[in-house]
Amino acid sequence: MTESNERTPMPLDTAWVIIFICWLLATAGTLGSLFFSEVMGLKPCVLCWYQRIFMYPLVIIFLVGLFPLDRAVFRYALPVAIIGWCFAVYHYLVYSGYIPENLQPCSEDASCAEINLELFGLITIPMMSIISYTAIIVLLFIFRRRTQS
Amino acid sequence: MKKFSFVAAAIVLLLSVFAVATYLYNSQKADDASANAQKNYSVLERDHSPTLGDEKAKVTIVEFFDPACGTCKAFYPFLKQAMEAYPGKIRLVMRYLPLHQGSDEVVNILEAAHQQDKFWEILEAAYKTQSDWTQHHVAQPEAFWKMLSYTKLDVENAKQDLKNPVIAQRIKQDIADAEKLNVTKTPGFFVNGKPLTSFGFQQLKDLIETELRNNYK
Repeated sequence: MTESNERTPMPLDTAWVIIFICWLLATAGTLGSLFFSEVMGLKPCVLCWYQRIFMYPLVIIFLVGLFPLDRAVFRYALPVAIIGWCFAVYHYLVYSGYIPENLQPCSEDASCAEINLELFGLITIPMMSIISYTAIIVLLFIFRRRTQS
Repeated sequence: MKKFSFVAAAIVLLLSVFAVATYLYNSQKADDASANAQKNYSVLERDHSPTLGDEKAKVTIVEFFDPACGTCKAFYPFLKQAMEAYPGKIRLVMRYLPLHQGSDEVVNILEAAHQQDKFWEILEAAYKTQSDWTQHHVAQPEAFWKMLSYTKLDVENAKQDLKNPVIAQRIKQDIADAEKLNVTKTPGFFVNGKPLTSFGFQQLKDLIETELRNNYK
């Protein structure tokens, strides 16, 4: 224990915690989305699927980057998170009505413009997605500044 | 190593939260379904519904079914076995809920068969040949009619009966009742008015056995 205290300076530990929080966010997002679809039976729309595609691998990328802490995790995780963030923002614009959903024939598939869950009357699923992706991206930049010096 | 156990603890914690939330959500949903079924008890059965088993049986299974539904087909022999295992104690009531594309015509034909007192015979034939007239979850009424020519059903008569508005009315009634009872998937089971909240053979078996125990001491 004392040995590790001498060897690892504090900044590295903070950096580790930052990636750990990123991993927590990605894992919470993954489990949360699975809860909505598998337990509550809400059908994910197409845009939800694209956001899932970029959120789920982050759980693994961050976990691998934690043991041992890899500075390069910034490079691997950032593009994935940014693409996911773009889908989340696009989704937000679609269901807020800023972008019309392409006219499609009616089908049983879930509509991306329909809001089927509102927590406390204001937090929607795409909003949670934007918040998670934004937090991950911001944390990744903080991580890079911490580890650059 | 300390970090490793830290992350392991976080994983365990997150998964437990997930499991507890799932449990709470499901039990809440089951309570709601039971309360709703109790509230709408009166629409669970209609006099016109095809019924199998002793009138005086104290355990009644109501099934909302779709002849094109594979799971309904899989449960049919299970229900027959349960009825054979407890002769005279179980009654089976079938309600139409055509959810598959093309199924609406097929259930109309089944109701026409019911008019000829051949509902169960034709239902069994329908299940047996299901893969011949249902492709990719779409029922093909043409193929269904073709299959019927090999059964004892009087096809010409059935075609005449289909023009009778009573048939369409009964199906409509069943669909409306399913909506009231919150049945959105087939098969939808109720045993003595209690909905099957967690789906599966074992769960249905348990529900039936509980009702048998409560009503035949």
